[in-house]
Amino acid sequence: MSKRNFVLACLTPLLVFSVAFLALPLVRLFLASGEGDAGWAVYLDILRKPRYINTLVLTVLVSLATTFAALVVSTTAGMFLLRNQFRGRGILLSVLTLPLAFPGVVIGFLIILLGGRQGLVNQLTPGHVVFAYSVVGLFLGYLYFSIPRVLLTVMAAAEKLDPALEEAARTMGASPFRVVMDVIIPGLMPALIASGAIAFATAMGAFGTAFTLATDIDVIPMVIYTEFTLSANIAIAAALSIVLGLVTWVLLLIARTFSGTTVAAGG
Amino acid sequence: MFRSKTKVLQLAVTLLACAFLLVPTILSVMAGLTVNYFKGISSGLTLKWVYQVWELYSESIFLSIWLALACLIVTLIIGLPAAYGLARHPGWLSRMLEEFISLPLAVPGLALALALLQLYGTLKGFRASWTFILVGHVLYTLPFMVRSILAVLAAMDLKTLEEGAATLGASPWQRFRDIVVPNAMPGILAGALTVVTLSLGEFNLTWMLHTPYLKTLPVGLADSYASMRLEIASAYTLIFFIIIVPLLMAMQWASARAQRIAK
Repeated sequence: MSKRNFVLACLTPLLVFSVAFLALPLVRLFLASGEGDAGWAVYLDILRKPRYINTLVLTVLVSLATTFAALVVSTTAGMFLLRNQFRGRGILLSVLTLPLAFPGVVIGFLIILLGGRQGLVNQLTPGHVVFAYSVVGLFLGYLYFSIPRVLLTVMAAAEKLDPALEEAARTMGASPFRVVMDVIIPGLMPALIASGAIAFATAMGAFGTAFTLATDIDVIPMVIYTEFTLSANIAIAAALSIVLGLVTWVLLLIARTFSGTTVAAGG
Repeated sequence: MFRSKTKVLQLAVTLLACAFLLVPTILSVMAGLTVNYFKGISSGLTLKWVYQVWELYSESIFLSIWLALACLIVTLIIGLPAAYGLARHPGWLSRMLEEFISLPLAVPGLALALALLQLYGTLKGFRASWTFILVGHVLYTLPFMVRSILAVLAAMDLKTLEEGAATLGASPWQRFRDIVVPNAMPGILAGALTVVTLSLGEFNLTWMLHTPYLKTLPVGLADSYASMRLEIASAYTLIFFIIIVPLLMAMQWASARAQRIAK
């Protein structure tokens, strides 16, 4: 067998698998979105019908809040752990990265243990405080999911920042606030954009967490799920999936052009 | 003075984030081991719930382990030669192909599962078998395997090594077996651990693809969260942690090692 043929033979299993189980199913999904009563106008329906537009807006708002909070928390913690050496630093770092392997459903359950009817907050406070099944619970679940992912991306980028720049700014009389705004944030910008895009895309598409917590909240993955399983409204479920898939794909493409890393979405 | 104040604030945020991630995990471990969670730890410690979970869900746990191993074998058979092919043929076509098979990293599992159901849902024999779930898991984990091996292969001078072997009379297959595979080992190990970890925890695709007779570990978890008492749900989560945490640590170690070699 010649070298060229051997290389081609090496790629064949991958080609066969990805055509059969990725390309063709996605084409079928796209065609299915136009097979409903509304035809291709189903994509206009998403933007016209209040139920879907409200879902879109809510999903985007929760995802934006998650992204912002995850960026603030993870950048602060990441910079602190990178710039300071102290006992227990390794443990803190492990605690912050361990949830990487937790599926969304498990994170949803952990939020229930915090804010559910039998949750910690409800036991410790005198009033009846249950937030697990509200937008707040969903936001906390997404945040739990995003903190480790953002932290790893930001820390990898921050390692390449020169501490001498911050030192120089300080000796010239810059306040800590100005150092952060003028030195650290511009230096980390590519990593912040990348990890922000990852956090946003993950929150938009998170199904596991929403499945456990958002029994009464309409976010896109839950609407796709209920339209498909309960209403058998396959066209709208397919159309929403296509739109959601395109949005998350573009966002992660942006993330990858700004930093070389790939972190799994999902959840 | 001002600097230390900033430091204190940074430390506070870090500790708060750690507490946010750690406290519910500890709560879940505790709830799985206490006799009555609502009464608190004073009601005593027990392994009763863990035994009950084992009786109720051991089939799900074994199915997940079986699926993860099957997924590992399939991703190796498809991914290892593919990574070699992509490394030997860098160019826009290879980049497009790599980009395409990475779609499942970006597109939510729910959408992929719907796509698979639309095309293959009517093939009853396939739809109802465990191989249908396996396809979903391979779809999701394959890009990790390919990229992990590709990163290691791309960093070494594969062409020179292979030409040397070819002048000594080695066939393409011999070169693949004796040069490529041993050199790619760190990437293979990191990829393998990633595939097993992700497959064991996969929920989004699996929830849509599973049948009532084929519940994986995470599907069983969702089931217990919805219908079992808190102690059982927690004990089940504890079993999941015991399986997944060592795997995650091994995966992080292997990935860091592979990255060092790739540099």
